[in-house]
Amino acid sequence: MDLEGQGRIKQVVEQAGTQNLVAVLGANSPTAVEMTALTLKSGDPSYAGALAGVELGIPSYHILEPEIVGQLDPSLYERELALPAMAMDVAEVVQPLKTIRGSAT
Amino acid sequence: MKLNGKRVLVIGERDGVNAAAIEACVKSAGAEVLYAETLCFV
Repeated sequence: MDLEGQGRIKQVVEQAGTQNLVAVLGANSPTAVEMTALTLKSGDPSYAGALAGVELGIPSYHILEPEIVGQLDPSLYERELALPAMAMDVAEVVQPLKTIRGSAT
Repeated sequence: MKLNGKRVLVIGERDGVNAAAIEACVKSAGAEVLYAETLCFV
């Protein structure tokens, strides 16, 4: 996640709080997914951005995780997500998320 | 995790799924989008 984005997310969370809040990601690599999910849960691991040392505890999901896809309108899935789903290894990309959501900060 | 009633931060990616597509999908499932951004790794 870029540094400006971290600042904007920090602002949103300061205003809205973290109750009932989740993140939904769309990255196409396990590394990008992992870095974003770690930043939103326990703070920026690179200690470079506004979220360094800030434990927001926000759980992250990927839009292509079966648990999420099952809740979407199938026609919307076909229109918006079918193509990106074909272009990435979904199982590999979403793999880090269960571990990160399940572990303590 | 049920999206219905959740508040969502959308973080899309240009080379994966962009934020606009994710936003449309999670809204259709009953979530409220508080923030949406498409990242671009080059």
